[in-house]
Amino acid sequence: MRFLFKTDYEDDIRLMPHSGYLVTYGVLLALLAVAPFVLSSYIMSQLVFVCIYATVGVGLMILTGFTGQASLGHAAFLAIGAYTAAFLQQYNVPFPVYFLAAGLLTGVVGALVGFPALRLQGIYLVIATISFAFIVEEILARWESVTHGNEGMRVKTMQVFGMAISRDSPTFYFLCLGFLILTIVGTLNLLRSPTGRAFVAIRDSETAARSMGINVSLYKVKSFAISAAITGFAGCLFAHKLSFISPEMFTLLLSIEFIIVILIGGSFSLHGAVLGAIFLVMIDPLLTYLKDDLPGMIAGVASTFGAGKESASHIQDKAAAIASANGLKGAIYGLIIVLFVLFEPLGLYGRWLKIKLFFQLFPLYKRATFKRQKIYVKSERNR
Amino acid sequence: MLDFVQQLVSGIALGCVYGLIALGFVLVYKATEVVNFAQGDLMMLGGFFAFTFIGMLGLNYWLGFAGAVICMALFGMLAERVVVRPILGYPQFSIIMATIGLGYFLRSIAGMIWGTDDLKIETPFSQGVLRIGSLVLAHDKLSVIAATVILCGLLYLFFNRTTLGTAMRASSENMLAAYYMGIPVKRVVSIVWAISAAVATAAGVLLAPITFIHSNVGLVLGLKAFPAAVLGGFGSIPGAVVGGVLIGVIESMAGFYLPQGWKDVAPYLVLLVVLLLKPEGLFGVHTRKKV
Repeated sequence: MRFLFKTDYEDDIRLMPHSGYLVTYGVLLALLAVAPFVLSSYIMSQLVFVCIYATVGVGLMILTGFTGQASLGHAAFLAIGAYTAAFLQQYNVPFPVYFLAAGLLTGVVGALVGFPALRLQGIYLVIATISFAFIVEEILARWESVTHGNEGMRVKTMQVFGMAISRDSPTFYFLCLGFLILTIVGTLNLLRSPTGRAFVAIRDSETAARSMGINVSLYKVKSFAISAAITGFAGCLFAHKLSFISPEMFTLLLSIEFIIVILIGGSFSLHGAVLGAIFLVMIDPLLTYLKDDLPGMIAGVASTFGAGKESASHIQDKAAAIASANGLKGAIYGLIIVLFVLFEPLGLYGRWLKIKLFFQLFPLYKRATFKRQKIYVKSERNR
Repeated sequence: MLDFVQQLVSGIALGCVYGLIALGFVLVYKATEVVNFAQGDLMMLGGFFAFTFIGMLGLNYWLGFAGAVICMALFGMLAERVVVRPILGYPQFSIIMATIGLGYFLRSIAGMIWGTDDLKIETPFSQGVLRIGSLVLAHDKLSVIAATVILCGLLYLFFNRTTLGTAMRASSENMLAAYYMGIPVKRVVSIVWAISAAVATAAGVLLAPITFIHSNVGLVLGLKAFPAAVLGGFGSIPGAVVGGVLIGVIESMAGFYLPQGWKDVAPYLVLLVVLLLKPEGLFGVHTRKKV
């Protein structure tokens, strides 16, 4: 176990507290760099989605995880980013310009949403963001001169300085990965700046933050704007990856997916946003794989336990029928969410921290270290 | 003018359904401060239970109705015991997520069991119409309005006149204090969930002739009922119904008088405006934290 002696504030806010970080993140970066040359194109495509979802996850984490403002409207921000990019691209605006425009416009919209949200708390804020998302969705479907309504919009191949970057090329992957890393480093820097400290203070207690002289309204609006802008940038990449966008892609279910990302990842860390994105995107290939192979495996298990050949094949057919049933994916999704909330409230990153601490303290680890306290008297109504 | 009255009545009928679902939200919220995003899906499940009893087993309508309500009340207790009780007292956000997950789960399972077609229940109200002058009112819509009025009255009396109702209000104010006073808080919460699932079922069965039953009906209507509950101020029973009726009337008026597309957005626009002016909803109690 390594002990870090911090003698001043600079030590405390260092991005890389010790050389171990350099090694692990270096290795991770190297692995990610060689990934396109090793993995299959399907997995690579999923990895691009991981990068995009993780970027949105980081954006949402700033708002929900660090400022404590719940939002179920991030699909709308993503949609605004995506549509801005698609609209400007029609007029041959170069990529860097419309990429920036997508982010900035979404940021401005985010700030505008932030103003009404200042007075709202908890459940009222959730429903206000849902309403906002619905209105955006409806505008996208109806404003046909700009968005082509329900027909959707095609997004052409990205052109950067005369070079075409197709959505399946390794270059596109590196672009998304690069932007994700940029976002994460930027967010880390933000969090150790006065602004980030103010966000966390507001999350922990608004009253205390206000009495420390923090302008709560200003920082809430800032948080909304930053979070929305990051999501808008991700929206531009999302549009390019899909090459076709239409309003029904940006529904409440997508917003819920983003919340799942930060919930499963663990709601108070950036690691969590990335882990959650990996989990959410990679569960699809995993389920497809299980759907194809699980029935055979079950039949194999059944026959080793003495089931006859006929009954084994019967079991296999039954399992295959269940596995290919419509809507099984939704059921598994739901089950995963419920199980995570019940048994792993700190998320995947929390589990990783627990395992790490277990080995660091080996014989002395206590489960109670991570036990959260229940509060039965703190009512939302009297805050 | 006639059009206006016609739209008003159908808006009120629609709004009563929203109100009934919102009532379920409010009951659970009042007792436990849990916002149950799966309320619409409980309604959907109730409709499917009723379909099983009436359409598949061929029971009498009222018998099937009662059976569905009882089954769903038990199911509500089960859901509370399995999903909600372990996380009671944790931040609200995780509870919201758990109920969203529950909703996902129920929707998919219902789709797998009953299929994805629109199902229909034969009810005594399916066909008839009531004519007042040149005004034509369908029985199915009137039945929804009547049932809402009756249910609201019953719930109002229950909460204000019975010991159990008082216990529920007490545990909603402060669980710990209620527990010290000897109220069996866990059982009370269980019963609240049962009641709210039963109310949802009533809404689902009454709605069956109007919207039919399919696995996504809960999601669609639940999302409309949610603004209704918020509009009324979460935690107020009359507020839920008034909010529901308002949303229903706004929706049907917007659908009739405004260009296409406004129908779906108008309720949310009104909601945002109301929240801007009165962040606690129309009937919400504004409380200040005392330090």
